[in-house]
Amino acid sequence: MSERSAQPPHIDQPPPSVGVVGEPQVAMQVDESLELAYDSGLELKARSQWGYAARRFLRHRLAMGSLVVLLFLCIVAIFADFFAPYAFDEPDFLSITLPPTTENNHFFGTDFLGRDSLSRIIYGLRTSLWVALVVSLLATVIGTTIGAISGYFGGWVDNGLMRLTDLVLTLPGLAVLLTISVYVGQGEPMRVAVILALLFWTGFARIVRGTFLSLREKEFVEAAKASGAGDTRIILRHILPNAVGPIIVNATLIVAGAILVEAALSFLGFGVQPPNPALGVLINEGQSEGLKFWWLVTFPGLVIVLIALCINFIGDGLRDALDPTQRRVRG
Amino acid sequence: MTTYIIRRLLYSIPVLFAASFLVFAMVSATGDPLGTLKMTPNISQQTIDLITERKHLDEPIPIRYFYWLEEAVTDKFGSTIIGERPIWNDLSRVIGNTLQLVIAAELIAILLAVIIGVYSAVRQYSPFDYGATTFSFLGLSTPVFWLALMLQVLVVNIFLAYDVRIFYVSNLSSPNPDNFLLDRIQHLALPVIVLAVASIAQYSRFMRASMLEVINSDYVRTARAKGLPERTVIMKHGFRNALIPLTTVIALNFGALLGGAIITETIFSLDGMGLYFITALNDADPYPIMAWLAITSIAIVVFNLIADIAYGFLDPRVRYE
Repeated sequence: MSERSAQPPHIDQPPPSVGVVGEPQVAMQVDESLELAYDSGLELKARSQWGYAARRFLRHRLAMGSLVVLLFLCIVAIFADFFAPYAFDEPDFLSITLPPTTENNHFFGTDFLGRDSLSRIIYGLRTSLWVALVVSLLATVIGTTIGAISGYFGGWVDNGLMRLTDLVLTLPGLAVLLTISVYVGQGEPMRVAVILALLFWTGFARIVRGTFLSLREKEFVEAAKASGAGDTRIILRHILPNAVGPIIVNATLIVAGAILVEAALSFLGFGVQPPNPALGVLINEGQSEGLKFWWLVTFPGLVIVLIALCINFIGDGLRDALDPTQRRVRG
Repeated sequence: MTTYIIRRLLYSIPVLFAASFLVFAMVSATGDPLGTLKMTPNISQQTIDLITERKHLDEPIPIRYFYWLEEAVTDKFGSTIIGERPIWNDLSRVIGNTLQLVIAAELIAILLAVIIGVYSAVRQYSPFDYGATTFSFLGLSTPVFWLALMLQVLVVNIFLAYDVRIFYVSNLSSPNPDNFLLDRIQHLALPVIVLAVASIAQYSRFMRASMLEVINSDYVRTARAKGLPERTVIMKHGFRNALIPLTTVIALNFGALLGGAIITETIFSLDGMGLYFITALNDADPYPIMAWLAITSIAIVVFNLIADIAYGFLDPRVRYE
């Protein structure tokens, strides 16, 4: 959809005054076709690569809509103290397990300690988003570093690092996460984030390594070397910028993946632990008393679906905008 | 080809050993399998010493690893630390159960996903296509455990309200069913749906992309140009070639799923590999955990290899040296 609207419109009709007998045609034609181009909305201004990418993204309606929703959720999460009607651990023994009601602002009902479900979801949202962002950031840094070193230097360095990547890929991911988090990272949200990042970096390493392998023999790298640039400078300034598009796309999609995996871990009781509120924790608590209190399970889950959906749409829009070569595969 | 397979398998051996040692070290260094036993009253120091002696728990970890390896190779993964249960008996039972679940889910998923994918590619940008895309994005964004819980909520509430039992929400079979097959289907239906939804979301999207690529290729235009009926063009020229990339994705996914749909099996208390793993993890017993990891990692390696071989077999342009 977006790729279509980004193309210049067709000029169907011949310009009206061109071809009138006896006029100096050559100069006129250029002028007028330019004018016509302006009229029909064709822009002739030079744009940077990033300008084009930004324009493609802004025209991706689904991605822009998702971005607005996601920003709203982020603002609610950041200013949770302001938006939440109650504190997340404020018990009220007179209103236990209320179904959703407008009374006392318990829009999403209350749990078996009378704590307001909406407030708990807002604070849980804060924890879950925070964890997911840290995971994405850490995984990007680790994966990009390993991929860059591996692809640039090649040889035994590459071989060793790629075997390490294979090792992580061979292990069944969720199982390893569970095993590690039982012993090392239970409870604290930040520990959970670090452990998740240790498994999410492989995608980056492969993408970045691929870019480095294909570019390190190119003439511009040779030219940089000849003019005395060091390895670090060539890696950071000359080759890495070429991989920025796929890296951004991947980093975005990993936020969605991290939210889902963190929720699953917390749900199984191996991730973030209560009293820290995370969305997976809330669902776990909600189902622990049987499935009678459907609202305690439904609403936190819906919020997870909403965030993941938004991020996936944004990632899709970013891929269209930044990484046009991949569009055909995506379909 | 044979050299390629052998080389790939040889390559994966050191990786598998490294992975197994890492996990063994991690589990052994941080968890104490005798922890609960020591807390239990009426357990004599003698019993604990006996177990420690038999499983060499007082040795350093690398040595314990080799003791484990010896037991795993000579005695089919040995027995659990607590209770001396032979691991292979339990493991072969749960593998069978997981296979039933995974194969049923994958067959349904492949069938539906191929139909959805082909149809939305042929009718690109039609309402059906948009619907399928929306479904697929929703499927990719829904946590598996939550979908499972919601289905349970639905079925349980229908049961409470109307006293109709359509599906069961836990276990694999009832104690004494009248009709074994029907009973099994009633038990497996919900977990199969949960697993299938995730797979359909992924496969149908992939099938659509690959079908679109084929439909827009030159040889399909040639087929149309020489006047073949559209049906033949789509089914014979398009469909068959579009299936090739999908086989890879399915093989990779199947290998990963064999490790047990950990979450699905936990929620539906299915006696499969995933639940077995979680139980072992809670006991902090490295022996069953290691056996599980060995089976799963080998499955992943083998199915990765199958994915590559199948690709080379189906697409003659790909050749492995």
